[in-house]
Amino acid sequence: MIKKTTVIISLLLLVCGYLKADTFTKEDAARWQKEFDAAVKYGRQLWENSATFKLGTNQVACAQCHPNAANTHPETYPKFQKQLGRVVGLDEMVNWCIINPLEGKALALDSKEMVAILSYIHWERRGIKLAPGKH
Amino acid sequence: MSRDISRRKFLERSAIGAAMAVLPLTLVKVAFGEKEAAGKKTGVEKSAKPDFTFAYISDAHIQQIEGNKFVRNWDQGLKRAVAEANLLVPKPDFVMFGGDLGQLGKKAELDHGAEIMSACKYKTRYVMGEHDYYLDMGAYWEKLFGRQYYSFDHKGVHFVVLNSVLTYDKWINKWPSAEERMNQMAGLDNPNGSPFMVGEAQMKWLRQDLAKLDKNTPVIVFSHSPLQKIYKGWNFWTEEAEQIQALLKPFNKVNVIYGHVHQIQYNQIGTISFNAVMATAWPWPYPQSYAQAKSSLPVLTVPMNRADPFFERDATGWQFIDVYSGKVAANYILPDNQNRTVRYNEKTGQPEDMKYQDKRTIAQDHY
Repeated sequence: MIKKTTVIISLLLLVCGYLKADTFTKEDAARWQKEFDAAVKYGRQLWENSATFKLGTNQVACAQCHPNAANTHPETYPKFQKQLGRVVGLDEMVNWCIINPLEGKALALDSKEMVAILSYIHWERRGIKLAPGKH
Repeated sequence: MSRDISRRKFLERSAIGAAMAVLPLTLVKVAFGEKEAAGKKTGVEKSAKPDFTFAYISDAHIQQIEGNKFVRNWDQGLKRAVAEANLLVPKPDFVMFGGDLGQLGKKAELDHGAEIMSACKYKTRYVMGEHDYYLDMGAYWEKLFGRQYYSFDHKGVHFVVLNSVLTYDKWINKWPSAEERMNQMAGLDNPNGSPFMVGEAQMKWLRQDLAKLDKNTPVIVFSHSPLQKIYKGWNFWTEEAEQIQALLKPFNKVNVIYGHVHQIQYNQIGTISFNAVMATAWPWPYPQSYAQAKSSLPVLTVPMNRADPFFERDATGWQFIDVYSGKVAANYILPDNQNRTVRYNEKTGQPEDMKYQDKRTIAQDHY
């Protein structure tokens, strides 16, 4: 959360023409990494224990069909999803799986759970080149 | 189950018959002495033994929700395979179930699975899977289906059924409860899992079982896990793979058929041909799809088409196996996916896909 004082100081600097590009310390980077890692960890929990977290209604877990989030192809999204007949993002496909194989309700796209699931999927796919639109 | 077919069953079967072209199943034909091939070879037994087929259904993962509610999707996969296997012409000599009948080894799951399997019109034998085993170390499964490892002979072929999903005692005993142990083993990608193995007692039994056989006897081994090392992280793996292969090596015609991997795989190592079978429940990614670890899918394998999740049964299936000349042709019946036949090629001495071996398609590219 950006503190009010930071905003005010930034605005003052802007007004004075002294605003520099953002800068941050190693500690900042470490903290942000920690925040991301926590999202990945929560995503993994949702993935593995989907029923415990009530993602679905039938005991099925994401990890049953997608060990290590494989076969999710996050690097290829957004892409034309032939079954839906339009270009979609990965979050829509996550919800498709929650609604269908898991027989659950769609997550809000900005929910903590959706962000965690996307974080986990991308983390398992780290190092792979982006290939939006690829089939 | 009564042999009378109720009207409802009949209607179900008719509907299934109409849908036959889109079903997942693997049929295996064991053929003996194709006449020409036998004639050309000298010193090889003549084709007195008949070809035959058997059906192979595997990895149903029947999963209890609560009480008498089970995951519909997995139920449907197994029901469909059984119904289709019953429609096979020519009739298979028997049916093998390749392991993982249940998801968490519960009595309710094994009972429900056994009930669905009881509609099979043929003699049915079972292989132990880890999902059947780790709740009570196979006790209830044994009560339903018999011994955990055994062998039998059929039309001149020696069949061996292994329990290849054992593991180290230290791992077995480290969990606070049987349920926790089962949950830990049920996660395919669980970093706290443990590698599959056959164990010393079973290795000794296998050695003795094979010792009495003539080396020209065709041998078909059924195991749940691959008796070759493909990817340890998902237990596409058996610890003693090399030792088992060494025991099988002296035989001229050996086939290993395994489940667990939920996908088409095949390989040839020396005289041993390997075929994996499909799951009726859901398909798994090929191990190369996991970017963070190295794996060794046999280069011979032409992967199946990528699954379309919008078709519930896509990339699931069963197989009928055709046994000829003591070698195997696996016919993969895959609803909503390309049916495939992987057949031993006498010329090249390895199993090959009848259609795609040299011309893979873009849909078979897994990443």
